[in-house]
Amino acid sequence: MFKIDIQHTMQTSDGKKMLEVCTEIPDNELLCLFGHSGAGKTTLFRILAGLTRPDKGRIVFGDTVWYDSEKKINLSPQERNVGFMFQDYALFPNMSIEKNIRYAQKEKDEENVDKLLTLFDLELLRNRKPHQLSGGQKQRVALARALAAKPSVLMLDEPLSALDSEMRSALQLEILKAHNLLQTITLMVSHDIPEVIKLATTVLVLKNGAVVNSGKPEDVFESTNAQMRVLKCII
Amino acid sequence: MVNQDFINTLLLTGKLAGWTTLILFVIGFPIAYLLANKRFWFKPIVEALISMPMVLPPTVLGFYMLVAYSPQNAVGQFMANYFDVRLAFSFVGVLIASVIFSLPFMIQPLQNGLTAIPKSLQEASYTLGKSELTTFIRVLIPNMIPSIITSIAMTFAHCIGEFGVVIMVGGNMPGETRVASIAIYDEVQAMNYQTANQYSFVLFIISLVILTIIYSMNGKKKILF
Repeated sequence: MFKIDIQHTMQTSDGKKMLEVCTEIPDNELLCLFGHSGAGKTTLFRILAGLTRPDKGRIVFGDTVWYDSEKKINLSPQERNVGFMFQDYALFPNMSIEKNIRYAQKEKDEENVDKLLTLFDLELLRNRKPHQLSGGQKQRVALARALAAKPSVLMLDEPLSALDSEMRSALQLEILKAHNLLQTITLMVSHDIPEVIKLATTVLVLKNGAVVNSGKPEDVFESTNAQMRVLKCII
Repeated sequence: MVNQDFINTLLLTGKLAGWTTLILFVIGFPIAYLLANKRFWFKPIVEALISMPMVLPPTVLGFYMLVAYSPQNAVGQFMANYFDVRLAFSFVGVLIASVIFSLPFMIQPLQNGLTAIPKSLQEASYTLGKSELTTFIRVLIPNMIPSIITSIAMTFAHCIGEFGVVIMVGGNMPGETRVASIAIYDEVQAMNYQTANQYSFVLFIISLVILTIIYSMNGKKKILF
């Protein structure tokens, strides 16, 4: 169970905005954050990962308090064990694909490196450097690397935004594969309604830093009218 | 025929440049890391002070160093009493001045190299459980090798060509403070143009080689990100 209750002032191109999120995410959920640019999705991810400190609130994962402004608890990103996949994938350019995955491991486990390379169809690319890969290949490496750390929660920040529709569709399955393999909570940012319906068990709609709708994707986007309402709501 | 003085002067020049570069690399990297990664209110003044040697006449720094080295002042007194070292007109004195005067040539390329690395690489390493030190050694340093080579080469090259600070702080003492740039001036004054030409030619070649290395490194830099 992931309990999030935070408030944070965001600096956006439209000035200051308040991000206020209060939600509970049960285990094994694949939650999609849906919203317009500047709604606070990436900021929320950064706060959860410990990369940005919120103004106040409380974040609890399982039995561990990650952040509590009153008790002055703030675990570092290293202590949170989050599998964070960045929008630009953030693969280390100096390391081969294999080394990128190995770097993420807490304890050396060659068998697991091979397993991840096979799972994401990267065996033939194992000795290549990130700049020699296509967007889709980089995305698969980033997913494999995030999983290699055996994270307690997987966070994917717009993982498919830079890809064409064919590649998107193939890689959506990879994300499901990763989520099922990890059997934990996966949080994902997406702008694409069919993608949210295909992948998510829950959707959280953010607008200007506030949660304006949430629930099962089929309920939130139940009909074309509902989809239009959600889109109007966030624009 | 090359005489021993010529060799000694070049060796002394190399020794001064080598030590300056080594010392600056050790103290410059942490400073560059702090400037690239941390925000603090007096950061602009620190950056301005580090960049001062780029715009300040070397004689100004040399003058202040000389004043500071005087046994009548605190620094000179401290060094004389505790280390039995006389800083004015000595190799150590010139070395300290050279380190201060070459600060921007080491720190600026390192700082630029660090800021050119996408922040997400550092953050990705942290989320993978790696400490700041591990991230620095295994992610940042390997991804800024051209900047490291540039900073070392620039510092070394700048040191070899340094004249104003050395003459102010060290004077012209053979084997102690008489580096190649000063020897050129001295030989011209004595109308020994052939020796001046030998020194000049060596400095010219060394500077050309170093700058060629830097420019070839800058060409490679763009491939990674």
